[in-house]
Formats: sequence, structure tokens, C-alpha cells
Amino acid sequence: MIPEDRWLLPEGIEEILPPAAGRLERLRRALLDLYQSWGYELVIPPLIEFLDSLLTGAGDDLELQTFKLTDQLSGRMMGVRADMTPQVARIDAHLLKRAGPVRLCYLGPVLRTRADGFGGSRSPYQAGVELYGHRGHDSDLEVLTLMLTTLQMTGIGDAHLDLGHVAIFRELVRQAGLDREQESLLFEALQRKALPEIRGYLAAWKPACCEPLLALAELNGGPEILDEADTRLAAAGAGVHEALATLRRLIAALQRQWPELPIHVDLAELRGYHYHTGVLFAAYVPGQGQAVAQGGRYDEIGQVFGRARPATGFSVDLAILLRLGSAPEPASTGIYAPPLADDPGLEQQVAALRNQGERVIRALPGVEVEPGDLGCDRELVKRQGEWIIIQQSLKSPK
Amino acid sequence: MTATLTIALSKGRIFQETLPLLAAAGIEPVDDPETSRKLILDTNQPDVKLVIIRATDTPIYVQYGAADLGVAGKDVLLEHGGEGLYEPLDLRIARCRLMVAGDPNHQPRLSRPRIATKYVNTTRRWFADQGRQVEVIKLYGSMELAPLVGLADFIVDVVDTGNTLKANGLAPLEHIADISSRLIVNKATMKMKHVRIKAIMARMAAAIDTQ
Repeated sequence: MIPEDRWLLPEGIEEILPPAAGRLERLRRALLDLYQSWGYELVIPPLIEFLDSLLTGAGDDLELQTFKLTDQLSGRMMGVRADMTPQVARIDAHLLKRAGPVRLCYLGPVLRTRADGFGGSRSPYQAGVELYGHRGHDSDLEVLTLMLTTLQMTGIGDAHLDLGHVAIFRELVRQAGLDREQESLLFEALQRKALPEIRGYLAAWKPACCEPLLALAELNGGPEILDEADTRLAAAGAGVHEALATLRRLIAALQRQWPELPIHVDLAELRGYHYHTGVLFAAYVPGQGQAVAQGGRYDEIGQVFGRARPATGFSVDLAILLRLGSAPEPASTGIYAPPLADDPGLEQQVAALRNQGERVIRALPGVEVEPGDLGCDRELVKRQGEWIIIQQSLKSPK
Repeated sequence: MTATLTIALSKGRIFQETLPLLAAAGIEPVDDPETSRKLILDTNQPDVKLVIIRATDTPIYVQYGAADLGVAGKDVLLEHGGEGLYEPLDLRIARCRLMVAGDPNHQPRLSRPRIATKYVNTTRRWFADQGRQVEVIKLYGSMELAPLVGLADFIVDVVDTGNTLKANGLAPLEHIADISSRLIVNKATMKMKHVRIKAIMARMAAAIDTQ
């Protein structure tokens, strides 16, 4: 490394500078207050833990994404968290062990070995909530509402919601009697909506119920697509109809609450198929090629920690939300105060102003500074023996 | 950005053969990419633009949402991996085959044959699936030359008529995949502009079926 390169950060590793860092922190506090007002308790999982527990539930999906190192004390493999969801699941299943529903939220940096998006960050700042101990409409809707409110608070007004339900594909595969390899081939083609391949596979395998599996790749569009699904998946059995009814009820509730929200339904959306078990959702915004928030139901994830519990949740990358959002920026205010002097009145005045929540910046002797450059709109000055605040005459910054 | 629909195409065969299908969907370019130096072409629809890029870049533009739609050969998609993309429609144009080719009588001297190709990922996967360990050499063009000058034992490339192979004393040896061009769609576009995308897809599909 030549000296000129010493400032260089690894690819995808970001630092957040002013004023963005301040905005991120304000957003972080606002979100914590929001989650708190819904009864979600904050947990702070460790940055690093044994690989075994980090990779359970979410399975292979995180294997490649996790930075790994050896624990010199135990000789075991450790991983730097790439996603906090499995950690929070571990906390619920193994540490809290409460009988009733548990609501948890978390905020913090995670690391990814590979950036999974355009100009992608390998150091997202993750925030999210998880609701354990209830299966059904109410908890689905609660978490979805919180996700949409999170986006709203960030100043993202034009989010599109995408809804899916993994149980439909799972049930159809079971009915068709496909083996694991076939399931994985079909899953992979379905993720790409690669109709030519799907037709090819089904023509070759001739499974029991071919038509519904084929229909799945085309069942995406507005909420009206559920009517088409009722017809095309009519013969698909109770499990599928139950899933469709779940989606329908959720959409009705969302439309009452967010009448302007564009909703897209995609019955072949199978993100996180290995651990999701029910309703899946994601939010998209125009101009952004990838989802900005995502979540869903994953009822079995706690099993590996000794306690399977119904669970649903969502997560976002605050750094991305911050970039896309347009939350109003508070006007910069502040008071410029003279340097330390042998004047108890001055010190008292400065302390009193800071206690009132004012931002007070002390001048440093021997340095000429334009108060406006420090974001100060007022100045503390002594007039006739009294310390008073005067408006800073605005000079154009250099 | 929200209202405009951007379609990514590569110059040459894909562009020429996609035009009739786009026309069926009511989209016709105003400029000709062969004569125009513009990189973004206007169409008869004010909110639809065409971007003309290299074939291998098409999935990347669409994956990251720089283009909403695109047309890419299956060979390029196999190599790219298809992440972040939907490929719902086989346009049945620009057809060819992806093949292993070489001198049929050639015996590799080394235990690991060397394969020259621009399809590095696809080649690795193909030989690994066969249980064969090979060394892959990435080249950007004129694959046929590699076995002739001893740079590689075999090549993996798309084969259309096979005439270039034949003229150089090579022959197609193994068939990896049938190739044709696919319509590809950015995942977020599909979810946010589904009404327009589905209408375009339906009209293109109808045109393909009558061809």
C-alpha cells in the first residue's frame, strides 16, 4: 500500500459523515420511539457469535454472506452477523422463554461478505422488529403496518408493497409429489419467472397437478390477481385456499388503512423460501431496482434453539432509507459564545442555555471563526454588564 | 425516471430481430442505431426509450434497474446467473447452441484440459457437473484460434452454422444448451409497473406465436 492509498476503505465498507450521520441518529431515535410505542422492546445482540447459531434457520442463505474467523479461546468458528434476525430469534427462544407473545426490535450495523445490490454496501445499518408467539392476521398486519410506518417516517412517500405467500408453492410441490432436486430446480426457475424452463420441466416430469404450478409463475399483478388465482388454483386444496384467504384479508385491511398504497401480489415470490412459512412482503420505491424493506412469517426458526414459535418480522437498511428518504431537515441553530474568561456569569449563562437544549459553541482563543460557518444563528455578548443573546448578522459564508 | 420505460438492447442481430416484436407491442425506434451515434434512442412513444449496449452488459443494466426491460441471449443469462431478473418470455430469436468444440482427434496432454471461453462460469459449471476438472482460460474473442495455436485443448462457445469451426478444422463435440433470446425484466419494475409490462409482454407473446 502506497502512502496515498492509506485513506482507502475496503470495497462496500461505508462510513457515515455529517450531516448524514446526524440524520441517521435522529431517524434511529425516532424509530426506537415508534417501536417502543407499539410495545417492542430493544435488544442489542452481539456483533459476533458462534457460526452455528448465526447460520441456523436462515440456513445457506447467510452462509456465503457471513465473515468468519476462529475463536482463539474455544477453537470454534465465529461469524460476524450478516443479519440480526437469527440472533433475535435465539434470544426469544432460548433466553427470554416467555410464554406469551414477545415483541422485540433491534438496530445496528451488520457486515456482509458480498454487496447484494447496486453500488451495494457490505456494511448495512440494519433495523427491524420481530413478533413472536402469534400466528395469524393480527400479527401479520401489525408488522406490515410498522414497516410501512417506518418508510413513512423516513420520508419515503411513494413505496409500493409486494405481497406473497410461500405456503402456496410448498403445498403445490407436495401435491405434485416432486422430489427435492425437482423442487429446487423448479424453485430456481420460478424465482426468475422463467416460463420456458418451467414448461420444459413440467412437460418432462409430468407431475400429478401440473397446471397450478405453471399458473404460479403468471399469478402476479394487482390485488385482483387473487380472483384469477381462485379459478386457476381451484383444484389445489385447502392449504392453498387458506393462504389466498389470508392474503385477501390482509389486503382489505391494508387498503382501509393506506388507501393510496399501490399493492402488488406475486404468488411466485419465494425470497427466503428455506425459512419463511407464510405471508411474505417487501417494499419497493421507483428508481430503486431492489426492495428497500422486506419481511415475512417464519414460524419454525426457533426450533433449533429448542422452542418453535410462530414469528413474523421485517428489516430495513437505514443507510438506504436515509439516502432515498426526504425527512425534513431541522434548521441549524446555535449560539456562539465567547472563550473562557474569569467571569462566573458567563459560565452560568452558557450552562443554563445548554440545559435548555440550546447548542452553544465556545469560541477558542486565537482563532477567527465566522459563527455562521458553525451553524450559529445567534451570539452571546456582554452589553452594559449583562450577558444577552443577539441575532447573528448573516454574512455570506466564504 | 418513474414514468419512463427503458428497454436495453444490444446492436446487431438481437436489435434487428427484436424490432418486429417491439413493433407488435406498439414500440418503434425513431432513430436507427446503426447510423445514429446516440446511446439512448427515442421511440414513437414519448415515455419509452431504448438504450443500446453490449450484449453482456444487458443483464447488468436490467438487474440494477438502469433499464426496466431488456433482451438478452440465454448464453449471456446463464453466464450472468440471472440474479435480480425475471426472464418470462422466450423470444425465439437469435437462436444458436452453446457447445464444447475442438479437434475431435485431439488428446489433451495434461490431466486437466484447458478450455478457452468467454463463458467462464457456465464452462466451470458444465465440466464440474460432468465430474471433470478443467482449467478455464478467459478470452474475449476468436475462440477458434485457441486450440489451433495450443493455447487451449477445447473451447466453449456459441455455434450457429458451425462454418467457422469447420473452416478451422474443429467440430462441435458436446451440446451444453440451446440458446435463444429472452425478454428480461427488472424485479422491482415488474412489481411497480406490472400493468404496462404485462401488456407489452402479452403483445410480444402473441407476435412470437404467429411468427
